Amino acid sequence: MSRLNRRQVIGSGIAAAALSTMPLRAQGAPVKIAFIDPLSGFMAPVGDGGLKQFEFECERINAAGGVAGGRKLEVVGMDNKLNPQESIVQLEKAIDQGVRYIAQGNGSSVASALVDAIEKHNARNPRQTVMYLNYAAVDPVFTNDKCSFWHFRFDADSDMKMSAMTDYIKAQADLKRIYIIGQDYSFGKAVADAAVKMLGAKRPDIQIVGNELHPLARVRDFSPYITKMRAAGAQAVITGNWGNDMQLLIKASSDAGFNVPYFTYYGGGLGAVAGMGKPAVGLVRQITEWHANIPDIGMDDIVRAFKAKHRDLDYYYYRVKVMFDMLAKAMNDTKSVDVREVALALEGMEIKIETGTASMRKDNHQLIQPLYISTLAENVKFDVDNTGLGFKTDIKIEGPATSMASTCQMRRPAS
Amino acid sequence: METIVFSTLNGVLYGLLLFMLASGLTLIFSMMGVLNFAHASFYMLGAYLAVTLGSVVGFWAALVLAPICVGLFGAAVERLGLRHVHKNGHVAELLFTFGLAYLIEEIVKLVWGKNPLPYTPPPILQQPLFTLWGTHYPSFRIFMMVVAIAMFVALWLLLKRTRVGLIVQASLTHPHMVGHLGHNVPLVFMGVFAVGCGMAGLAGVIGGALLVTDPAMALTLGPIVFVVVVVGGMGSLGGAFLASVLIGLIQTFAVAVDASLSDLLARFGVLVSNRSDLGRITLAQVAPMLPFLILVLVLIFRPRGLMGAREG
Repeated sequence: MSRLNRRQVIGSGIAAAALSTMPLRAQGAPVKIAFIDPLSGFMAPVGDGGLKQFEFECERINAAGGVAGGRKLEVVGMDNKLNPQESIVQLEKAIDQGVRYIAQGNGSSVASALVDAIEKHNARNPRQTVMYLNYAAVDPVFTNDKCSFWHFRFDADSDMKMSAMTDYIKAQADLKRIYIIGQDYSFGKAVADAAVKMLGAKRPDIQIVGNELHPLARVRDFSPYITKMRAAGAQAVITGNWGNDMQLLIKASSDAGFNVPYFTYYGGGLGAVAGMGKPAVGLVRQITEWHANIPDIGMDDIVRAFKAKHRDLDYYYYRVKVMFDMLAKAMNDTKSVDVREVALALEGMEIKIETGTASMRKDNHQLIQPLYISTLAENVKFDVDNTGLGFKTDIKIEGPATSMASTCQMRRPAS
Repeated sequence: METIVFSTLNGVLYGLLLFMLASGLTLIFSMMGVLNFAHASFYMLGAYLAVTLGSVVGFWAALVLAPICVGLFGAAVERLGLRHVHKNGHVAELLFTFGLAYLIEEIVKLVWGKNPLPYTPPPILQQPLFTLWGTHYPSFRIFMMVVAIAMFVALWLLLKRTRVGLIVQASLTHPHMVGHLGHNVPLVFMGVFAVGCGMAGLAGVIGGALLVTDPAMALTLGPIVFVVVVVGGMGSLGGAFLASVLIGLIQTFAVAVDASLSDLLARFGVLVSNRSDLGRITLAQVAPMLPFLILVLVLIFRPRGLMGAREG
């Protein structure tokens, strides 16, 4: 009995000692970033690929000494099944666990729900505000009418990309008939509207011979759409399709020998090139903030390191690197991980990045960075999806040229 | 004209792919009374095995080997699982195949990963067979049609004209009698299940190359195959054929026709404004919904399906 008691005494002593050091350790606890994206279901590969890249960048920041005086970052993957309601559930779960940084990218429908939920949460809980790091949801509305002080977007919005793309199309004098096809939801509609408006302004002589929305992630064979495009006499196609919808569209097109240029947002996205194959060479163009075959700007080793780690994935989200760099800088400059302070430091921040300069607009929290239009080619240094095919730059658009007017009326927190 | 010809071709092609899937399902259902929820998963397995085997032995050998492997797997599933579950009735069977579908999907994800596999038919099948009005028609698509029709004919002959078919059909209605005549009825059932799964595997070998080989491929084609089987008439091979082609054509033409719902409704004297949300929906947008609409209509007006022999 007495031995047992002694052990209990020692045990409680250790426990007490551990408790007394708790506050100290909490200060050094990792700063968590919740990654809320589809990790199961139809679009799981896309979410999973994003998570791997987040973890990769997170490790890089930690290896370089962490943030705010040596604290580590930690990414927590949370599955939202590409569903707005489920995303809110995950958001609440994250907040309950003390996470103050939320990242999401796939699906503007999800982003819309998160912007609302975070805005409300922060209004009600000014002491535990949450920041929203948007790395890929590109509906322009989030940096315009629906803008929020707590939301930061690191990808160019669909209007910015379309503006650059239509500038490029403007110079192609022989293009006269263009077909627009997209996924039937807010993003697909935003792309189509921007294309119609901008082409109308820049090249009124171009005829839009088709403007079509198809159900999101439901079409298996795009041949009927290709037949329609050909019947309409389309010379080029503009599409914002991503995931399976992108692959199948191009595949059906090349099968039918419908060899026209495709202007895409996500032609280089996960699995797209694998699905398209060789027939897409020279025809599929994409607009992105970076691609692996920009002559070495100091990214090659990173691309290789990522590939060595994830055989089936490619380094794709350069903007996630920019995001982590800016976030780390904001935390280091303020020596704080407090959301409000970090947000204020992020606003207007300008950093050097491999492709040039990245700056976070203060008025609407949209990142301004250089954009590239590139075309699928053979004989490249870095291929995509292990296909031997990769992208080559057509033109680079410097950051300032991509900036657009914003209707954002930001409600800022009272200081 | 151009649109009509190509839409017909595309529609028939899609219909035949559906038929390749539905025929195996129909076979299993009509012979064993088992509605195999995991059928599309066998289709997926066929595609994945074709990619893996194809990289070793080539496409043509994989075309033969992959369905055989899937068939053997199907036989094992019947022998080790379904046969024991059978005792507990149809609900248990349904739940078993339902769970199996989920299991196969997860296993595929574990083994092959979550990303789509690069899977292309051999170069000889990628060449355009003919060119009409500037559109290539790849020989692979025609090859697929030939395989589907050959499968239909072979299956038909096997069931209607051979001794094996006679025994299989008899086992369905009078298993005890067939058993007393000295035939091994459980073996017949295992064989039927294996052949049905193998047919799904064959559809996978071809469908995987035609569409996409990814872990969601079973999920995307699964529901529509059930529509085909029900619309065609549960257990009727001819019905499944008819329904597949019909649904393929309807879906393709709905996409090809550039009309909105308001145009269509106007034909029936219902006026919906072009500006309203409902009026702006195009026929192409509702195309994926149409098979399910047909399903509902068939269930209401002709529950036994187009060519279903049995009632209830």
